[in-house]
Amino acid sequence: MARMKFLCDAERCIECNGCVTACKQEHDIPWGVNRRRVVTINDGVPGERSISVACMHCSDAPCMAVCPVDCFYRTEEGIVLHDKDLCIGCGYCFYACPFGAPQFPQAGAFGVRGKMDKCTFCAGGPEANNSDAEYKKYGRNRLAEGKLPACAEMCATKALLGGDSDVLSDIYRERVTNRAARGTPSMPPWGWDTAYGRPEAPKQPAAPPGGAKS
Amino acid sequence: MIKQAILAMAAIAVAVGVAACGERPQVIEYKQGKYQGKPDTPPYDAAPFSGNKTEWERAVKTRNQSQNEYKRIS
Repeated sequence: MARMKFLCDAERCIECNGCVTACKQEHDIPWGVNRRRVVTINDGVPGERSISVACMHCSDAPCMAVCPVDCFYRTEEGIVLHDKDLCIGCGYCFYACPFGAPQFPQAGAFGVRGKMDKCTFCAGGPEANNSDAEYKKYGRNRLAEGKLPACAEMCATKALLGGDSDVLSDIYRERVTNRAARGTPSMPPWGWDTAYGRPEAPKQPAAPPGGAKS
Repeated sequence: MIKQAILAMAAIAVAVGVAACGERPQVIEYKQGKYQGKPDTPPYDAAPFSGNKTEWERAVKTRNQSQNEYKRIS
């Protein structure tokens, strides 16, 4: 298996917020915390586009780099998770994240900021798989049940895909080919360059020594 | 009598001497840039897969392919 990724196809998203609802329901997310949300660009203007946004589980996650207590870790499937017992709720990860994924529950009369909460790719956290402790802190661990994230599996138009990056790439490639056959252009998958980087350009062979200078 | 007192004192001395041996460090040894939290187990570790990685990968791959409607509806 390669690594787990999300892919949002802006050509298909109809802004139904089904992914947001599925996530909220699956993990009992409290009021005010949105692990996933739908962002619409040029709302109301012809050609508007909607994108479902959550933690993209970046290859080189900036939240991991800035965390002062080093509570983030990456699983062997490439999912970025964190230990809530260590988190101090400082909010550095929120400033570092290009997707605005980290969420902070506001609890108490003085708006005290709680421990960070974010999308877990439905993979729970550092507690025993499918235990009560894991559910209370991180939500349901669907991955341990052999399932994929609820948001992606619930998406009616299959705009949001989640899972093994090789399979996602194959699915998206097939869509792009079909659209091209109909004369509809496709955009590159939103956020992939930011989250996973661009593929490295092939290196040019070095110029032979003593060659002509221009 | 004296022998018993010496033995009792020796027992107390030993008990006091090793009292701290069972105490675990309360503070995390901080290493910059290294994950400091609890270790996590892989998703296929617990039931229903009980450590069978191949079976888990097959299950996830099947779910993954069901997201491709070009293959699902044919």
